[in-house]
Order: sequence, then structure tokens, then C-alpha cells
Amino acid sequence: MDLYVHPEFEIVRSEKKCIACRVCERQCANCAHGYDEKSGEMESYDEKCVNCHRCVTLCPTKALKIVQTAHTFRPNGNWGGETIRELYLQANTGGVLLSSMGNPRPLPGYFDRILLNASQVTNPSIDPLREPMETRTFLGKKNQPIARDANGNLVDNLTPQIELRMPLMFSAMSFGSISYNAHKSLALAAAELGTCYNSGEGGLHKDFYEYGPNTIVQVASGRFGVHHRYLMAGAAVEIKMGQGAKPGIGGHLPGTKNFGQVAQTRMTPEYSDAISPAPHHDIYSIEDLRQLVYSLKEATNNEKPIIVKIAAVHNVAAIASGVARSGADIIAIDGYRGGTGAAPTRIRDNVGIPVELALASVDQRLREEGIRDDVSLVVGGSIRSSTDWIKAIALGADACYIATGALMALGCHLCRSCHTNLCNWGIATQRPELVKRLNPEIGSRHLVNLVHAWMHELKEVMGGMGINSIESLRGNRLMLRGVGMTQEELDILGIRHAGN
Amino acid sequence: MLKEGQIRIPSGCAIAGVFSRSGQAMTGEDIIRSIEVMHDRSNGLGGGFAGYGIYPEFSDYYAFHLFYDDPQCQKKCENYLERRFSIVSFGEIPTQKVPSIKDEPLIYRYFLLPLPDRLKASQLSEAEYVSHCALRINEKIAGAYVFSSGKNMGIFKANGFPEDVGRFYQLQNYAGYCWTAHGRYPTNTPGWWGGAHPFGLLDYSVVHNGEISSYDANRRFLEMFGYKHSLQTDTEAITYIVDYLHRKLGMTLTETANVMAAPFWSTIQEMPDAQRAYFTFLRKRFPALLVTGPFSIILGYTGGMMVLGDRLKLRSMVCGDHGDRFYAASEEAAIRAVCPNIQRIWSPMSGEPVIVERDQ
Repeated sequence: MDLYVHPEFEIVRSEKKCIACRVCERQCANCAHGYDEKSGEMESYDEKCVNCHRCVTLCPTKALKIVQTAHTFRPNGNWGGETIRELYLQANTGGVLLSSMGNPRPLPGYFDRILLNASQVTNPSIDPLREPMETRTFLGKKNQPIARDANGNLVDNLTPQIELRMPLMFSAMSFGSISYNAHKSLALAAAELGTCYNSGEGGLHKDFYEYGPNTIVQVASGRFGVHHRYLMAGAAVEIKMGQGAKPGIGGHLPGTKNFGQVAQTRMTPEYSDAISPAPHHDIYSIEDLRQLVYSLKEATNNEKPIIVKIAAVHNVAAIASGVARSGADIIAIDGYRGGTGAAPTRIRDNVGIPVELALASVDQRLREEGIRDDVSLVVGGSIRSSTDWIKAIALGADACYIATGALMALGCHLCRSCHTNLCNWGIATQRPELVKRLNPEIGSRHLVNLVHAWMHELKEVMGGMGINSIESLRGNRLMLRGVGMTQEELDILGIRHAGN
Repeated sequence: MLKEGQIRIPSGCAIAGVFSRSGQAMTGEDIIRSIEVMHDRSNGLGGGFAGYGIYPEFSDYYAFHLFYDDPQCQKKCENYLERRFSIVSFGEIPTQKVPSIKDEPLIYRYFLLPLPDRLKASQLSEAEYVSHCALRINEKIAGAYVFSSGKNMGIFKANGFPEDVGRFYQLQNYAGYCWTAHGRYPTNTPGWWGGAHPFGLLDYSVVHNGEISSYDANRRFLEMFGYKHSLQTDTEAITYIVDYLHRKLGMTLTETANVMAAPFWSTIQEMPDAQRAYFTFLRKRFPALLVTGPFSIILGYTGGMMVLGDRLKLRSMVCGDHGDRFYAASEEAAIRAVCPNIQRIWSPMSGEPVIVERDQ
């Protein structure tokens, strides 16, 4: 007999309000609701509930709520309930624990302990409602020597750049891990916003080539869906060396999600697990990376900037320095809070470092080596709000990537069950009846709204600092102060303590 | 209390400049009268002047002006200089007691030429070698501070109101074709002489009114190229931007100004093709050298002067033309004080550089 694992959540149904309309039953792909024909009453199966709020949201009489179970193990400061539950699961199955989305553990965050500056008296704040407030950003190398034509005019000899209306992009989520409609929402929103979304490692669905100028196409260790037309389709090519949610291992697409157009786009057999190799098998060292960077440049006629995405790991500064010297135009750093469609839980929760520290040390290291202009830095891995974004820019990022936040704008409730293919919101699923629940027009509208809201907040904060162009915020660490940090933390972040 | 370089101190200010296109020698009296009118824009915690063409007899030599805290650091610094330069002439800079100016350090002047062997061994250009030595002294020799290092020009500054500082240095005894002046209104300073302005590097001198919000973005970029910000002031950052773009990269002053006070994208969008491409390139190429927040500056350099205000015109700046003479000041009154019937007076547009140079 299996070890018993008590459900984490309980479905609470108000009998008074419930009209037994069975909407909850139809909406729940996890089959957590049932209907008893005999009694004419609804039933709940708590063990199947992932707490995604689909039923709660759609219940016409608001008769439902989901609560965390009060059932408990005997309290133990060392053996928490979650730990015991996971141990039982492993004893039952012999398997690696699998999870989705970002690391949920309550480890200390740094963004929340950084405070922003504002002008007073000696320097006027600038009113974004009355004055221009600029956010246009170019990503790419800025290190070309000054050149002039025969008339002595400056020549624009910069290598290819990505032009963004604001320094915020949607980061890599493959078609396969998320649905056609989710990809379409991201593509539509990126085009409207004048920014980029990222294909992830599953190739690019043929319908989305038209959004190429707003697409970053990814080349990962599995090379799924990579061909010449694909490389030429995007605004840039991203080599995925690592991912914050699972540094050291490759992408996972469970076979249950890999069929139909997903398998076609990936160029893989249907229903096979699409598991990318942990390393790129043509990159065992930095000099190999250089070859791939230049191969991709050649393959794209030197028209596309090359991004190298790395996970934030312990010696990330040295790694980034090596990458910057290997021809990369842009380095993307993904922090340990970054999301995923599927990752081994232990790796997601224990490998990697916070993106704030990784960013600060990479930016500083590249400056000390005098090569900061050789690359742009893009960071992701839990940018949750406009102020996380602003703080990242002030620490030295050229732009930020968001993905978890973007999915939440599409309706994601962070139930962390993407790997099951049962996403009730039509985002992280390939089941047609679920996918159609996400309307790409409405989805993209929410994404555009979210970014516009953040833009308003960014401009307000910049104006308060007396800064009217994003360039002057970038790397401007004097605009930041830390609270409740040790001197070592402050030193790594390159900021001073509040009051100092 | 920490002094400049150990802490960043914002300040408001008054600035003024006068320039003779034909190169007529003007004594320092006019510039003192001009800046004196704006007395209330300073608070007695720093004033200074830069004069160009003032050392005709030593015009081929780098004129280093130094403050020393005591004879020990002077000895150390002179040893440093002797190993790297031939010292053609040196001595105390003449001063005269003014009641309001106290606690003066030792103030010395050296006329220098790099030692040819050392210069060659350094593999640097002469200018690079000299600026490197000046920055090095400020960084490494405690108590010694180079505050002027150009040829045939000199900076004079002190802790006090600018008109008192001018009289303290007896600027009526110097004559040059260009003068700039600065009166300082820091919000919080112990009044260190080195912290007064103008700030100089080689023959560039900058007087600046404002507080730039881009300071740390500019500073951290410039440090990649060896510019250690020993004073942590805006003026220092602006001087280094000019030195980097104009001297090191060989860009024109107009290009330099267009990087620092770039037009808004909305303005660039409206421009004819060639102009749009030019401004777009500058903004793409040098994003970290955009300067935001209020500033108005007068840059002095050998043979010319540039006036520049920030892209939103958050600080006043008035220019005047009267025959051979060009004037610039924070306030019109400062110009009229020395040229009451000025022929033309105007306020330059935001971000528009006004450049005057000696007639060829």
C-alpha cells in the first residue's frame, strides 16, 4: 500500500449558494469536481485540486473557495509538512520530483530591500505628464571605433542592434510548454508594444513568422525546430546555455504535451519526451561557444545580434566575462527565481543565485575589465513589478525579461502544475478544449495593459529622480540604497545603506 | 566631516565667461566684476576662475597648479614630478590677504615638460601621459592636489566668494583672451579648496551650474577608461566626458555636446534623414554619456569656449555678443555689469551648444 499523502487544498463549497450548475465540473481538467446524479449535489475531490482558481473564478454564484488544509503532521521545526509529503511521494514512486514555475521558497530577496531615490530642492523632479520621458533602448555592442566618411561625417558602424520602445521583453517560453494561443498573445502584444517576445526552444510555429521583427528565436541544446528560415525570422538569435529555474540541465517537454503542431514545429516524433541535453554537445568550453556564436552570425549574414542566455550561478561574473569576449552581442542572465514549464523540484529550489546579486556582480566585473560596452545585459528571473524592473536597470541591466508576470497577465494563477498539461487557463496545455479558453486578442490586451501600467510607473519614478531618459538610469546605482543588509551584500550590489 | 571625493555633495552655482575672438589680452578684473554681481548665487563656500593665454612666456609648458596640505606632501609630490618631468620653473602662486579667505593651503605652480625617455617608455601620447600623472597625484598622494594642468592656461580657486577669490589671487595681474568664473552654493561642505571650481584636466576647464541626475551612470562608464572621480562632482564627470569624446576619440565639440545634451527622440523623428541618422547614431553609440538633470556649463579650451545647457533648460544661461567680445553668464545682469550697451544678448536653446573660437 502506498504511503498516504493528504491533499494540500480543500474545496469549500457553500451549499447555500451552489445551484449545481456543474460549471466547476466542466471547467476542471483535473477532475476535482463531480456531480452525484442521485442526490443532485456537487462533489469535491480535494486530492485532485491544484488550486488554480478556474472554478472559483467561473462559479456563477461564487459558491466556491479553495483553502489550504488545516490537516497537519505533528509540528516539527526540521521536518516541515512539505518535506514529509515530498518524501512520501518519492518513496511511493522512486521518481524525481517535478515542478513548474519559479522557486517558491521564502529565501531572502534583494529587490524588496532596495529603496529608490527622488529629487528634492537642489535638483527638480520632472513631470512625466508634461515633459517627454524616454524609454527607447538599443541592445547590442556599442564598442565600434569612431569612423568618418570622406566628408568627415560620422558613420553608423554599429553591429546589429535590437531596438525596443521600452527595456522590457517577454522571455523564452516554448511553443509546447505553452499553448498556441499563449504564444499568439505574446506575439501580438510584443508587436503592439514595440518590444520582443522569445520563441523559447521549441521552434516557431509557421503562423508566427509574420511577427518576426518582434521575436527572438532561441537555439537550445536540443536544437528543436532550428533551421535556416527560423534563424532568419527573428530580431535576434538567443543561444540558451542555461535557465535560472534549472541551471545545469536542459529543457523538459513531457511527451503528453508534444503532439500535433507542437511536435511538427519542434521536428520531433509525436508524444516523445522532448528533453534537451544538459550541455550543448558542440559546446564543452568557452572557445566552443565562440564558434557557435560566429556560426550563427554567419548563418544569418551578420544581420542578427546574438544573445547568450546563462543561468545565474556562483561564478556568473567570470562566465559572463568569458561570454562577452566570445562575440556575444547580448548576455541574458536568468536568476534562480525564474520560471519553467517543468523542472526537477530539487534543482529548481536549490541551484543558482538571486538575479540581483548576479546582475550587480556581472555589470561591475565587465566594467572593471573595460568590456561593458561589448555587450548589453538583459536580466530575468522574477521581475515581479515595475520597481523590480527599475531597480534592475539602475543596478546595470540594459533591459529585463518577464515571463511569469506575463503568464499571470494571461490568467495564470501560479498553481505550478504546467508539467501536467492540464492548465485550466489554456496557457500551459496543448489540449485543444483547454487551449481555446485563452483568447489571444484578450490575452494580448492584458499584456499590453500590464506593460503600459509599468511604463507609467517607470516614468513617474524616473521623473521623481530628475531623469528623463532611461540611459541615465542605467547603472546609476547612486539612485539605490539598501535597508537591512550586511556590508557584504551592499558591497556586492555596489550600493550604500539607506541614510548613508 | 567628509570632504569632496569622500562624499558626493550637490550644489547650485553662478557661472560667467568672457572671450576675445581676436585674442586681445584682458585682465581678470572684468570677470571678477561680472561674477560679483551674482553674489547671492554663491554662499561663500567656493569660487574660482580659469584664464587662457595667461602664461605667454611659458606657453609650451604644462602649467601645474597644486594645493598642498603641508611641506611633507609637497616634498613627496615634487619627487614624483621630478621623476617624470623637467621642471622649467616653479614657485608659490602670488596671493594677497583678503579678510574673508582663511586657512589657505600651500599653493604652488610648476611649468613642466615630460621627460622624453619616460614619455617614450610609457607608450602614451604626451597629453595622455600628463593627464595620467595629474590624475595619479590626486588619487595617490594624500594632501597634494593638482587643480590645473594645461598649457598657457591656469585655474585659480579657493574657499570663499568668487570676487574675494579673484582678489586673493590678484587676477588683475594676469591677462588672457578668455576667462571663466564660478561661484558655488553647495548644500553641505566642509569647504575644501580642491572642491571649488573650475575643474580642469589638461587645457579643459569646466564651470558648471546644476546637479546632474545621470551622474553615477556617467561616472561608472567613464571609470572604464581610467577616469577616477576623485572629487565625486558633476563638474568632474562633465570634464571627463569632454576629455574622452573630444580629446581621446577625436570627436568635434558639437558632436560632444550632442551626445551630452541629445535631442529627444520625438525631435529626432522629425528631422531630415541625414540629421536623424546622425543623432540616432550618437544616442545609440554613447547612451551612457547622456547627461540628464539641470546643468549649464562653460567649457574653456585652448583657443575656444563652449556654452551648453541641459536638454530641458533647467538652468539659466545667457549669451552676449559685442564686437570682438563674447560673454556668457547665469544671469544677464552679470554681462551688463561689464558691457552695459551690449549689442546682442540671447538665451541659447536647450541642448544647443554655443561655440566661440579665436580668429584664425
